[in-house]
Amino acid sequence: MLNTFFAVLRRDLLLAWRGRADVLVTLAFFVIVVCLFPFGVGAEPNQLRAIAPGVLWVAALLACLLSLHRLFAQDHVDGTLEQLLLSSEPAVLWVLAKVLAFWLTTGLPVVLVAPGLALLLDLEQGALPTLALSLALGTPILALLGAVGAALTLGVRGGGMLLALLILPLFVPVLIFGAGAVEAEASGTGAAAHLLLLGGGLAGALALAPLACAAALRISTD
Amino acid sequence: MLEIEDLACLKGDRLLFRGLALTLAAGELLRVAGPNGVGKTSLLRLVTGLALAEAGEVRWQGVAIGRDRDAFHRDLLYLGHASALNDLLTPLENLRFACAAAGDEVDEGTCMEALVRIGLADQLDLPARVLSQGQRRRVGLARLFLSSGRRLWVLDEPFTALDVRAVADLATTLSDHCRAGGMVMLTTHQDAPFAVEPRVLDIGAYAC
Repeated sequence: MLNTFFAVLRRDLLLAWRGRADVLVTLAFFVIVVCLFPFGVGAEPNQLRAIAPGVLWVAALLACLLSLHRLFAQDHVDGTLEQLLLSSEPAVLWVLAKVLAFWLTTGLPVVLVAPGLALLLDLEQGALPTLALSLALGTPILALLGAVGAALTLGVRGGGMLLALLILPLFVPVLIFGAGAVEAEASGTGAAAHLLLLGGGLAGALALAPLACAAALRISTD
Repeated sequence: MLEIEDLACLKGDRLLFRGLALTLAAGELLRVAGPNGVGKTSLLRLVTGLALAEAGEVRWQGVAIGRDRDAFHRDLLYLGHASALNDLLTPLENLRFACAAAGDEVDEGTCMEALVRIGLADQLDLPARVLSQGQRRRVGLARLFLSSGRRLWVLDEPFTALDVRAVADLATTLSDHCRAGGMVMLTTHQDAPFAVEPRVLDIGAYAC
């Protein structure tokens, strides 16, 4: 049973490696968006420090959104998706493997780079672990919710735009608690509550999103 | 045994066919015939469960295919129009993934043998994007050699872009599968030298 899971995971990671330019573009997008803010709002350290959590989180969210449409598109075009849907293993398994591979190639780099960029915005050093942790808990939720959206808009004309409209409102709670955690830590009130809520959100998304995603894929290939 | 009862297919807002009934027993080879656009591919997709019927039911061993999907999919091999190849992977990687994704445990040596047997010995390590149409088709068809445990083979235009020798070879493989108690359902516009005389289903008779 785990055979299918690991086969899909291995293949998607291998494909990400062979097409690594796509992965780097997402990461570069994240870095550039964050770097634009000091130019826009001015290099006043207090101001930058105040907006840093929000800026980093919104940039992470957009970077995730930018690559989401790629999640199923190629497999849909070349017929791999049909074969996966005809697998005798549960669809939830390979959907989860695809989302995990997606997170490892787009979410994880963002988590790793974000603390460095936070220094650029003069975020307190004490809040850096919280930033990384909140992103590590939050970006998998973005990937899981995004996968449902990507599955629903598969094969639709202008699907990329529709995906953004469909999925961005759902990202709002993640954004609130993610950025809130960093702010709370920086202001000294402690981020435990925010992080626990993010963790709960991740557990919920992990349980429900693959089911919804598999159902949506069945509908889009009909 | 595959049973199709009173099947109707709606494409967009046009009814393609209705009242289609059919029973496919072990050892039978069925050729789905009819002009372009009559609904051959749609019928195959309905049979595999990829598409939902407007009316009617498809049963495998007496059970509706939607009710026990995993059991049905264990017995099913479907090769569609799209070859399910990723351009960045080699034929060997593609074939191994296709088997693993379907739920079969096949080791690398067996996959390599299947690819050599279908005539891709020199292309094992090339990315799929440099293969010709016929070679791409062969990679997909190599799964036939690894799927004799799956009883129902549903093949959409398997002979397209194949050369004469490959067509004969494939026809033999399909006939052998039927002789071993399997079932084959395929669409084709070509004549192929089958050892078992195929039954022909003309969808045109059910067209609306």
